[in-house]
Amino acid sequence: MTDVANAIVLLTNFVIVPGVAYGSQLALGALGVTLVFGILRFANFAHGDVMAFGTMVALLTTWWFQGMGVGIAPLPTALIALPFGIVAAVAFNLSADRVVFRFYRRRKSPPVILLIASVGVMFALQGIVRFIIGPDDRRLADGARFIIKASEFKAATGLKEGLAIKLSQGLTVVVTAIAVTALFWFLHRTRAGKAMRAYSDNEDLALLSGVSPDRVVLYAWLIAGTLAAVAGTMYGIDKSFKPFTYFQLLLPIFASAILGGIGHPIGAVVGGFIVALSETAVTYAYKKFLRYLLPESWEPSGLMQLLSTDYKLAISFVILVVVLLVRPTGIFRGRVLS
Amino acid sequence: MSKMRLAAFVAAAAALCLGLAPDAKADGHEVKVGVILGFTGPIESLTPAMGDSAELALKEASDSGAFLGGKVLVPVRGDSTCIDAAAATAAAERLVTAEGVAAIFGADCSGVTIAITNNVSVPNGVVTISPSATSPALTTIEDNGLFFRTAPSDARQGQVLAEVLTERGINSVAVTYTNNDYGKGLDGSFENAFTALGGTVEISAAHEDGKGDYSAEVGALAASGAEHLAVFGYIDQGGKGIIQTAVDTGAFENFIVADGMIGDSLIEAIGDDLTGTIGTAPGSASEGAQMFLDHAAANGVDGDGPFRGESYDAAALIVLAMQAAGSADRGGIAGHVMAVANGPGEPILPGELAKGLQILADGGEVDYVGASSVELTEVGEAAGSYAVMEVEGGAFVTKEIR
Repeated sequence: MTDVANAIVLLTNFVIVPGVAYGSQLALGALGVTLVFGILRFANFAHGDVMAFGTMVALLTTWWFQGMGVGIAPLPTALIALPFGIVAAVAFNLSADRVVFRFYRRRKSPPVILLIASVGVMFALQGIVRFIIGPDDRRLADGARFIIKASEFKAATGLKEGLAIKLSQGLTVVVTAIAVTALFWFLHRTRAGKAMRAYSDNEDLALLSGVSPDRVVLYAWLIAGTLAAVAGTMYGIDKSFKPFTYFQLLLPIFASAILGGIGHPIGAVVGGFIVALSETAVTYAYKKFLRYLLPESWEPSGLMQLLSTDYKLAISFVILVVVLLVRPTGIFRGRVLS
Repeated sequence: MSKMRLAAFVAAAAALCLGLAPDAKADGHEVKVGVILGFTGPIESLTPAMGDSAELALKEASDSGAFLGGKVLVPVRGDSTCIDAAAATAAAERLVTAEGVAAIFGADCSGVTIAITNNVSVPNGVVTISPSATSPALTTIEDNGLFFRTAPSDARQGQVLAEVLTERGINSVAVTYTNNDYGKGLDGSFENAFTALGGTVEISAAHEDGKGDYSAEVGALAASGAEHLAVFGYIDQGGKGIIQTAVDTGAFENFIVADGMIGDSLIEAIGDDLTGTIGTAPGSASEGAQMFLDHAAANGVDGDGPFRGESYDAAALIVLAMQAAGSADRGGIAGHVMAVANGPGEPILPGELAKGLQILADGGEVDYVGASSVELTEVGEAAGSYAVMEVEGGAFVTKEIR
């Protein structure tokens, strides 16, 4: 019996806890991408770097607060700096729309042109972020580190395996839950949210019903910027802030959005968790896990690892390709990317 | 008209050539020496003190007034980045062609050092002495006798680590190494030595530097069932990330680290959980090592740390070899490095460069000992003594030298 408990704790510690925290971060990112796609009808490649931009501002504000001795220990200071990051990311999104995207929207350019324009915005933003804060790895987290420490868990339960839950992981899940609930409440209960859904569903019909397209576009950028800053800052608190890793997040984020059905908010959340948990589950070595469950004579000699951790990023690629081949609309029947 | 143009072109071309390649020896008074280290990148917290230590030796020689009849050595810094071979090659190329350095001190990490040796040092005939490149691959590199190092090859470090672990009764470890020449070289030599001594490497997995999250890597390492984790990586990079994640998840409590991971910033980042960690780094407890510490402290340089003594020694060898050659011409230096580094001759310790320069000027012989008891093997690398360290009370404490 203790063997089974040990096996479950082991798997929770190394696969489920990190997977759920990472999944929350992906879900927030994928929601932003999917909303922009639903309203503006193009895949926004600049989203990963908008996350980096918002996080950068949150980090600079965190330093400012720390310098003044302001903090909310045991919670990380970055949490009270987050509103500044949100304002910055939203401001960037709105100015990018004004300077770049609005021009193509008014010309009714095909989505692929907007997509390529967003790649341009992405490169420009990468330059801005590196110019302001540089390419280095920086820590955002301060305050307490753990909700449950591995050694305390072992002592409390008497099991051989420890379970550690970092404060940042708990916070990420809580913040994601709040953000997703607020978003769904907005989309389903408010006039503006309903207008957005109507616009996304059928643009012409919504316009005929008196929905203001500029308003809807404004809301889409507002929400996308907010989600980007929250996702980026939570990722930064949980791991660390490095501009390049945010660019690399773009692929799993798109994989999540497409897997769930692009343009579909619930799909983005579900997709985020599936992609994150597959990344951790496929690259985990199950040798120790099986040793707890199997009789001694069956003990595996290899590591029982499906894929080396070097291939972690490739899992998003595989999911992306399989979804596009087998079910291009995604789990929740979103749009087909054109 | 066309004659005018031709003349203008020739003049411009001449000016350009002069501008691009000003001869360091032209003004006869200054000798430039390149100092290439990874001032940015994965070991950026180690390199400033290494650069200062090397420049201390150059300054000492200049101040003595005995160097080549009173010439002054001027260090010119370049950034090797530690990991980007193209950037390091460009930096070395600039030092050699634009600055006209007589010799190069550096580089630091093995991959970029191999790149610089192959692409810049050998084609231009410039002597390069590295204080810290430790890959076994550099032992057999085609260097035309131009590459030297005051750090020993990792083949030796792997052996020392394996012996230390076996003696302490540790015979099963998980190994993770940074995915480059340094990491792979050390992993290979450690695994060979450890297996030969009867130990088992349960898993040997590479990790990439600069990732945000190492939980999957640590999960795989922990699944091997080993209780000890050996990390052959970099202190400001993936190596630290791996140890941090391993401590956070409770996957490992006992760590073994190699020279790239030893430094105070690791202890600052991880804290008390690191207590009991075993590590090795090139070093010696000789008279020279203490003399170097005192000499550095007297000159405002913090000499207590990895590769600082080796840096001083590498720069000192460059200076002495120039003196022995009687000129700062690039061609003459290589032939005299071995003679000044090894006996016979008067032993020269840190802070005694003036004495060494004088002996050489008078036609005598010196045997440079320096901070790290320099003794070069026939391929021009330090034979190697290692300090075995352990983390006690929040600091790496040297336990023994072997």
